[in-house]
Amino acid sequence: MDQFVQQLLNGLFLGAIYALIALGYTMVYGVLRFINFAHGDVFMLGAFGGLYVHKALAPLLNALPWPLALAVVMLASMAICAALGIAIEYFAYRPLRNRPRLNVLITAIGVSLFIEYTGQLVFGATQQPFPAIIPRQNISGLGGLTVTMTQVIVVVVTTALLIGLRYIVMRTRLGLAMRALSLNPTAAALMGVNTSVVISFTFGLGSALAAAGGILYASLYPSVDPFMGIQPGIKAFVAAVLGGIGNIPGAALGGMIIGVVETLVTGYSQKLGIPSGYKEGVAFIILILILLFKPSGLLGKVEREKV
Amino acid sequence: MQLLLKYRTQAFLLLALLVSFVVSQASDNIDGYVLQIMLVAGINIILAVSLNLVNGHTGQFSLGHAGFMGVGAYMSAAVSVEMGPSILGLLGGPSTLSHGVTFVIALLVGGLCAAVCGWMVGVPSLRLRGDYLAIVTLGFNEIIRVVFQNTSSSGPFGGALGMRGIPDYSTFFWVFGIAAICIYVVASMVNSTYGRGFLAVRDDEVASESMGVNTVRYKVVAFVLGAFFAGLAGGLYAHLFGAIDPKGFGFLKSVDIIIMVILGGMGSTLGVVVAAIGLTTLNEQLRDAEKFRMIVFSILLIVMMIVRPQGLLPVTFEKKRRKSA
Repeated sequence: MDQFVQQLLNGLFLGAIYALIALGYTMVYGVLRFINFAHGDVFMLGAFGGLYVHKALAPLLNALPWPLALAVVMLASMAICAALGIAIEYFAYRPLRNRPRLNVLITAIGVSLFIEYTGQLVFGATQQPFPAIIPRQNISGLGGLTVTMTQVIVVVVTTALLIGLRYIVMRTRLGLAMRALSLNPTAAALMGVNTSVVISFTFGLGSALAAAGGILYASLYPSVDPFMGIQPGIKAFVAAVLGGIGNIPGAALGGMIIGVVETLVTGYSQKLGIPSGYKEGVAFIILILILLFKPSGLLGKVEREKV
Repeated sequence: MQLLLKYRTQAFLLLALLVSFVVSQASDNIDGYVLQIMLVAGINIILAVSLNLVNGHTGQFSLGHAGFMGVGAYMSAAVSVEMGPSILGLLGGPSTLSHGVTFVIALLVGGLCAAVCGWMVGVPSLRLRGDYLAIVTLGFNEIIRVVFQNTSSSGPFGGALGMRGIPDYSTFFWVFGIAAICIYVVASMVNSTYGRGFLAVRDDEVASESMGVNTVRYKVVAFVLGAFFAGLAGGLYAHLFGAIDPKGFGFLKSVDIIIMVILGGMGSTLGVVVAAIGLTTLNEQLRDAEKFRMIVFSILLIVMMIVRPQGLLPVTFEKKRRKSA
């Protein structure tokens, strides 16, 4: 039983990170109706951003208390990735606006491969250790359960970011514009919403969240490599679809579910008699099942296709 | 003369088969390295033309072609490694004929298994469109890879290490013969009255359905046929290199094939064949610069989509259409 609760907790911590990445997919889908394949790679760049910012500012950061150091590293990396996200949208996706969606998808695959292989060239193909910005210590006392400091921080940061995001989307003018755009782009443009600015803003916001997710992920599994974004990216995408793509609370819920399911499958693979290597396939099986039985996702609304 | 005109596609097929047979007989005179590149180009032609049936002609964006190729490669290799000796024994020991028969059986088993997988992907995916279909086919590709990767390392498929010691049956004749058949089948199918349905599904699914086109059947046929030829290509690949491993049939291989289709022009068989040959050669040129290979290809993909999304050699009758999709 204890083991089950422990696995469940681990799954929730991992799921929190998937939720952060899934938000980026879902927001971009909301405003542009396409899957930003390169989002997982922005997540990878966020982790590397954290690594290099930490390297560059090491003397300064060592003098600061660690929560402050973490905040500095995270905000810097989020800013860098937000700029990169906006640049990706500007150079690769904007020229394709109003083209068939498939063309944009192909471009997105191209951008994803470009980031991965350029990353391999710049950062090197080998795994690099991620610095212990968050002290690696266990917090025990919950009746035999182990929770690390990193896991606590993951939940705290994720919750804070989700609240912040909810505030931006529901209470600010840009958030209002985002919602208007996802409801009806033409009508929003007619009402004076500057769609280009809103789309750039959405990409920046999503990329910043992915960067935060990257740093948290790299703190949880302390190593980074140029291809680390592929698997979490796919799982987060599945999470977004599971929750109902375009739906922000849905993405958070989906992320949690994917994290828990994946951890449970890995933890109980021996008892169930399936090789643990199959965990890479779990996300896809969930994806196929949702798309077949409830394509609108758990919280999404059904969209009728009009002729 | 009239007869020849009427059956000109069949005549081309026979000619291609004949030429590949003759070249095959003389292949000892070709430099081994050049021959290998030619064979790889031939396999890529099969892959690209068969993917073009799904992606180009029928407009269903599949990202999982390498998965079908992998099924074909594994199954055909298993047949020729595990059952090859007994088939050879039945036919009276190793000879050109018995090797040929073994290879045909292996290829057909590989192709049919891949076709079954294509059917399994095609049928449930029919409810999905565009990017969702792309992701699901990518998912199937990954699942196929994960399944082969997690087989027992002592079993016939060798787990993550893959299979070794597959007999090298793939000669010029087999590769280009099958490539010719593949081009013939796809081209004559698409250009037939029946085949207009594929293009109709691509151009406007809702409209074609209301005009009585059985869109479901066309999509399944495209998937199954595409997977079958991908399976054959996989079998040829396995029997060319003699060793296969699950990583070779992942997402990146699928992207390689997709780049050929996009570069050639979706729906243009000639363009895709040219692109397959061109990219195989470019691949060899970039072998010394492995680090830059994927960067070059990804930039190619992005620039193509922005500047010339219809491909280098687009289909000509496209001009007649009132407006582009």
